[in-house]
Amino acid sequence: MPNSGSESAPAFDLNVGAGEPLLEVVDLHVEFRTREGIARAVNGVSYSVKPGETLAVLGESGSGKSVTAQAIMGILDTPPGYITKGEVRFCGQDVLTLPEEDRRKLRGASMAMIFQDALSSLNPVFSVGWQIGEMFRVHEGMSRKEAKLKAIELLDRVRIPSAKDRVGDYPHQFSGGMRQRVMIAMAIALNPRLLIADEPTTALDVTVQAQVMDLLAELQRESGMGMILITHDLGVVADVADICAVMYAGRIVEHADVHELYANPAHPYTKALLGSIPRLDLKGQEVAVIKGLPPTLTNLPTGCAFHPRCSYVKDRCRSEEPPLYSVNEHRDSACHYWEEVLDGSPE
Amino acid sequence: MGRYTARRLMQMIPVVLGATFIVYALVYALPGDPLAGKCGQRPCPDAYIAKYTEQFNLDDPLPVQYVKYLGNLLQGDFGEAVNGEKVLDQIERTYPTTMKLALVAIMFEIIIGIGAGIISGIRRKGIFDSSVLAVTLVLIAVPVFVTGTSLQWFIGVKAGWLPVTATDGTWRQLIMPGFVLAGLSLAYAARITRTSLAEVMRADYIRTAKAKGLPRSRVVGVHALRNSMIPVVTFIGADFGTLLGGAIITEGIFNIDGVGGLIYRSIGLREGATVTGVVTVLILIFLLVNLFVDLLYAVLDPRIRYE
Repeated sequence: MPNSGSESAPAFDLNVGAGEPLLEVVDLHVEFRTREGIARAVNGVSYSVKPGETLAVLGESGSGKSVTAQAIMGILDTPPGYITKGEVRFCGQDVLTLPEEDRRKLRGASMAMIFQDALSSLNPVFSVGWQIGEMFRVHEGMSRKEAKLKAIELLDRVRIPSAKDRVGDYPHQFSGGMRQRVMIAMAIALNPRLLIADEPTTALDVTVQAQVMDLLAELQRESGMGMILITHDLGVVADVADICAVMYAGRIVEHADVHELYANPAHPYTKALLGSIPRLDLKGQEVAVIKGLPPTLTNLPTGCAFHPRCSYVKDRCRSEEPPLYSVNEHRDSACHYWEEVLDGSPE
Repeated sequence: MGRYTARRLMQMIPVVLGATFIVYALVYALPGDPLAGKCGQRPCPDAYIAKYTEQFNLDDPLPVQYVKYLGNLLQGDFGEAVNGEKVLDQIERTYPTTMKLALVAIMFEIIIGIGAGIISGIRRKGIFDSSVLAVTLVLIAVPVFVTGTSLQWFIGVKAGWLPVTATDGTWRQLIMPGFVLAGLSLAYAARITRTSLAEVMRADYIRTAKAKGLPRSRVVGVHALRNSMIPVVTFIGADFGTLLGGAIITEGIFNIDGVGGLIYRSIGLREGATVTGVVTVLILIFLLVNLFVDLLYAVLDPRIRYE
């Protein structure tokens, strides 16, 4: 029987008790061993996602947000990337200790991922229907014909007009927004418990961005899946996320409820990030920028990695790495002087 | 696709006309008397000269000769050699062997070249990969007559596994010459496949394929392979066209009665009719193979559309 070996039967119980996290990342460390030295891309990241919840992971390019996601999915390129420490608990099971074959069966089926640029992320030489149907053929051993019908159903569900006629079309025949819908259809094909969206709207027009985000939010409401939304777009975060983790140089610098974070950031980096959004009420004034460049991961600054760019910097910041201080019961900040930051401007 | 094919076929007409004219003019421009030396040690009798001057229109100026030749060609008359053998018969005698030899060579390129390229492409920097790089470098560097005669000695004479020459042009006889002929291109095919596959493996859609939870064999064998084959098909297709034009050195080493040797001998003997006729056929075949390869792209890569 074809495909019989690859049909998915999860290696452990995927049920999650009420209020329990669906995914728990604990003290994750990832490094890239390159010729230029060891780049410490992720340095002790911890976060969790409950079913139905959306966690936004914010940060500049190179802050480690995508690498963390790839480590969760198990699609990190090894070499050069290595997970040196930490746990990724999915439904209570540390998936990092599972054999590769068990992890493969989770991928796509129980945890799925969508990527930034749908044109380059879809295979150019296969039709979209074939690529969506492949999920059913590989994970559920369906025939080509059944899989094609499923693909049409899914294209319908992500609201691609005349799905039946377009199922045989190739990625380059779709517009950017429609391609991202195809990507989403592929990711939700097997009703995953967790969906990781890595900058899903960055490559799209502003009007299309909103449509795609609405679609994701709606699909999440219907299915109750947990979602990790990786982005550097602060506007998107405010609309759809419940919790927000801000990353800098491979660490989480602030972790908070989205509304609290926007209203009153507790970390200088978050504050600077929010300050760098152009605002209509400050029209005509210069947009604030964060001075300096993100640090090179092969040579991180001592103490707090943000100190060379920080406007609150004091001597202690240069030598002592700040732990994640608890601001209140559901809010953390990795700044020695978070109270000062919360209160207002630097002295 | 039908209209595209029709247009390409139409474009072949000026190409074939131009090419045959150039070949005809070059043969015409060869210094010396085409009938000299045809009658042994003494000068040819006047009657003989008159007969051939008449038959080959040798008294006419070049354009007139060419038009007359073309007129015959269009009626399927390729003319005959001075010894009376019809050019079409010469082609019929030699061409099947050349085709078989080209097929054997192309099979080696596909099986060994692409096969080795795939394995070293997915296991880069491993021992197999390093060996492939070393062996292909040797194949590229060493001339055909060295590999040819070495194989004749070791495999043909010493081990006696395969016949040393391919005088009758049977498949079994053509294995060794086919491999020798393929040698250089095989090495290139392996290297192109390796580079192309390694590059495709870094593509975003391969990351997607992994994220879909596909087994590694499927990620490589289905998602990467089809994309990485596009440049390889270009190369092997063009090479097949070249191989169908005969292989003078390989034919010489293995005593094969192929089309390369035929052209070579005919140029030496000033057999204008044979040279022009055979080259015309080769040009046609080359153009058709190229058209076929171009159409194959569209099958491999749906982004290519021929309107």
